[in-house]
Amino acid sequence: MIEARSLPRLFAGAGTRPATLAEHEVTFQPAAARRALLEELEASGLVGRGGAGFPTVRKVQLIKAQRGHKYVVVNAMEGEPAAHKDHRLLSTNPHLVLDGAEMLAQMVGASRIAVCVARDNPTVVNHVERAIHERERRNLRGPAIDLHTPPWRYVAGEESALVHWLDDNESLPQYRPTKPHVLRIGRGAALVDNAETCANVGLIGRYGADWFRALGTAQHPGSTVVSVTGAVTRPSVLEVNLGTPVATILATAGADPDPQAVLLGGFGGAWLRGEDLATPYCNEALATLGLSVGAGIIAVVPRTACGVAEAHRVVRWMAHESARQCGPCAFGLPALADDLAQVLRGGPDAVAAVARLRERCGVIEGRGACRHPDGVVRFVRSSLEVFRRDVDDHLRGAVCAGARSTQHYLTVPALEHEEDLVWE
Amino acid sequence: MGVIRRHGSFVLQVNPILCDGFGHCAELAPDLVHLDEWGYPIISPDPLPLADVGAYESARYAERGCPRQALHVAKVHEGGAGTPAPRAGDGPVSRSPRPL
Ligand code: SF4
Ligand code: SF4
Repeated sequence: MIEARSLPRLFAGAGTRPATLAEHEVTFQPAAARRALLEELEASGLVGRGGAGFPTVRKVQLIKAQRGHKYVVVNAMEGEPAAHKDHRLLSTNPHLVLDGAEMLAQMVGASRIAVCVARDNPTVVNHVERAIHERERRNLRGPAIDLHTPPWRYVAGEESALVHWLDDNESLPQYRPTKPHVLRIGRGAALVDNAETCANVGLIGRYGADWFRALGTAQHPGSTVVSVTGAVTRPSVLEVNLGTPVATILATAGADPDPQAVLLGGFGGAWLRGEDLATPYCNEALATLGLSVGAGIIAVVPRTACGVAEAHRVVRWMAHESARQCGPCAFGLPALADDLAQVLRGGPDAVAAVARLRERCGVIEGRGACRHPDGVVRFVRSSLEVFRRDVDDHLRGAVCAGARSTQHYLTVPALEHEEDLVWE
Repeated sequence: MGVIRRHGSFVLQVNPILCDGFGHCAELAPDLVHLDEWGYPIISPDPLPLADVGAYESARYAERGCPRQALHVAKVHEGGAGTPAPRAGDGPVSRSPRPL
């Protein structure tokens, strides 16, 4: 049993290698079947940790109400290049995630569990494979667990793309005109939950809702895992109590104490100004600034960096990662990247480019099949707002030192050739 | 022809994955559809009353005329807070249950 008010929870007993099933059951007692699982989940107020911050119990109830075969999909795709939380969880306490997935399967009545890990990460794939194998030997009843390894793409971790991959081997998002929309594998309804969400369910199913709510805030209870990167001395994956000031988290990772801004939630997220670092890290407090915890990423950008240059690299990569299914996304995002390049170069055309950026953001928003373009729009708007000083410098033609240096702070993968992109 | 009283409202929805951006719909329903700079339709997501027969007819006209069948006129449920009614055939093609 783990103390309710102590951390780590999700990383309890974490060593340098994944905990075996026996070790796991010593750290967190064996998972006893609680009968009122759904009620506990509802009382716990758990919100999904994948980025959208949707209450998990509402998804569970929606899928539970469907007829026929059901599937539970554990999403550990980790599309955000800066995110490492799901992989860290699966490399330390994989059985906690699997426990949670089994409890979710029990709640909705699913017969199969699909754990999805990007094939570009063979170590994690091995860890999960071994963990599944260990459980197979232990219990033959209960839902079957399979491992699936889609290719790593930014949008491949989007839930409809993931289900599309499981259904038809293509990591492309689907059109969902109705809300809420039930994603289906064959005819069976699929419940897609992030790996960290599953791990939290594993804790709630063991210790109950009251235990879970001992940490975190009223609206956003529990603990969460954040990946801190950028201008930090120790890029790390930390488990924090929701509601901890952002500055405290940064200090733990040895970040620049006076950054220009920090990116919250990943490339589809938005910037928190360096002046607002005292804000508690939870959706309640961040929502007042128009931000959210997102996929649990904090990327630090120091004062010496050029915000325009950083934003341009991100947007160019995000445009490249569009699945190119929808016009506004396939054409709009490269257009945004070009506009940002224009601003980056500065000079007389840059003024028009900024106006065009704002206009195009409005045109693109909400017109893709998935939320990928919306995330980029949010990022661009927030960059123009937060890095206004840098933008103004560029407009005046005084390109800052940060834009000329080759030092970058956000980890953006190299662009691949379009023909080399793998979607299946 | 008698007078048909229509209640409720509708929205014209475009499936952006199917749409190929030739902009036919902007000619069929110029009052409902505008094109962006790349030729893809911009349609207001706000429901229009079904009583607006002219708008409804042109929406249906565009729906029928879309070469990719990407357009759909969705009826909005009363009190459904803007949620269009689900229609049969949404989602991937049904197949028999199968192991993953
Ligand atoms: S919005 Fe972009 S990423 Fe999403 S389905 Fe359409 S083309 Fe693909
Ligand atoms: S007519 Fe159909 S395919 Fe052509 S632009 Fe309009 S919605 Fe797209």
